[in-house]
Amino acid sequence: MTQESATVLQILEQHEQQIIDQWLQEAGAASTRITDAGRRTMRVEAEEILRALRDALRAGGDPENFQQPAWAALRQTLESLSRSRAAQGQSAGDTSVFVLAFKRPVFGILQRDMAGKADLQMGTVWTLSALVDRMAQWTVTTYQHTREEIIKRQQQDLLELSTPVIKLFEGVLAVPMIGTLDSNRTQIVMETLLQRIVETGSRLAIIDITGVPTVDTLVAQHLLKTVSAIRLMGAECIISGIRPQIAQTIVHLGIDLQGIASKANLADALQLAMEQQGFTVTRTRQAA
Amino acid sequence: MVRIPILQMGPVLLVTIQLDMQDQMALALQDDLANKIADTGAKGVLIDISALEIVDSFVGRMLASISGISRILDATTVVVGMQPAVAITLVELGLSLEGVRTALNVERGMELLAQARKENSLAR
Repeated sequence: MTQESATVLQILEQHEQQIIDQWLQEAGAASTRITDAGRRTMRVEAEEILRALRDALRAGGDPENFQQPAWAALRQTLESLSRSRAAQGQSAGDTSVFVLAFKRPVFGILQRDMAGKADLQMGTVWTLSALVDRMAQWTVTTYQHTREEIIKRQQQDLLELSTPVIKLFEGVLAVPMIGTLDSNRTQIVMETLLQRIVETGSRLAIIDITGVPTVDTLVAQHLLKTVSAIRLMGAECIISGIRPQIAQTIVHLGIDLQGIASKANLADALQLAMEQQGFTVTRTRQAA
Repeated sequence: MVRIPILQMGPVLLVTIQLDMQDQMALALQDDLANKIADTGAKGVLIDISALEIVDSFVGRMLASISGISRILDATTVVVGMQPAVAITLVELGLSLEGVRTALNVERGMELLAQARKENSLAR
């Protein structure tokens, strides 16, 4: 253990209560916006961090190398702090400000206790400062990781949710597309739809794009690919739910939808599908 | 080299591709099929590729050219049983096989050929 680390450890042990009190004050625990319960939680958190920090220093953790096994417990404490703060809706900045607020009280004690030893004082300040910065950085990194995990999971959910293939009638399948069409989603829609065509032996697939907000050249290209793939399998395809604005956009962009049956809404598409299959629908009595 | 057998069923020639196509096999098939159509005067060609799992652009083009050749020899070609993965691959390769008729399975393919024959005889 270096002399600086030893000094930090000594200060943390001797002035624990004073440091925690000043730390919480610095972090804004005195503000009226925070409830008593919040203040108690903050104190527990501060105590835990301090304990983990002392343990790590005692185990010989090098403040320059935060990835050492000696710091594992402290890293874990910071991770759970970051996670619980994130769950409470606090930003990554708030959490790191809380950790950084730890500097001031310790620096104050250092200044008072080591007035005569300028060399050791400067070194200790540097060691502690670097260490606290790393701790704060770690909370931000964890926060980001947690967020990224959530985003990834939601993206996956969205992909799976957004591709239902519905059997409308004997030999007629429908896919209601909702949301923006990108390559990833088109690929999944294409695969699911083709698979279902094979399974059910359907002759016709209706792709409904009522829920697609915009159609640009890329989206149109994806649609054309899907239609070609369906045709290659030996089935036919109707595109329905083309809104007036989208019809205009398609024509203005010069996208060629020749040879693809398109209808304004799903009902018309279903009617066309029935006709092609040789079915007729008749009303046998007046509705009540 | 393995040659792909061509079976005759009345006015229809049936080709079942059971293994992954090599370029040489594809060329030989094209050759054999052209001769067979000319010899038998077949009106329809049914190519079953349901067992085909891997395609490249060469095989895709072969399907298109077989279709073209048989059309010149007055026969209709139907490709049946294409796997989803194969269809996606062909589309990604930019081969949408315009002018090639397709059907989901052999039964549907036969129906399609029968229909085409009827239309042809009416036209005559």
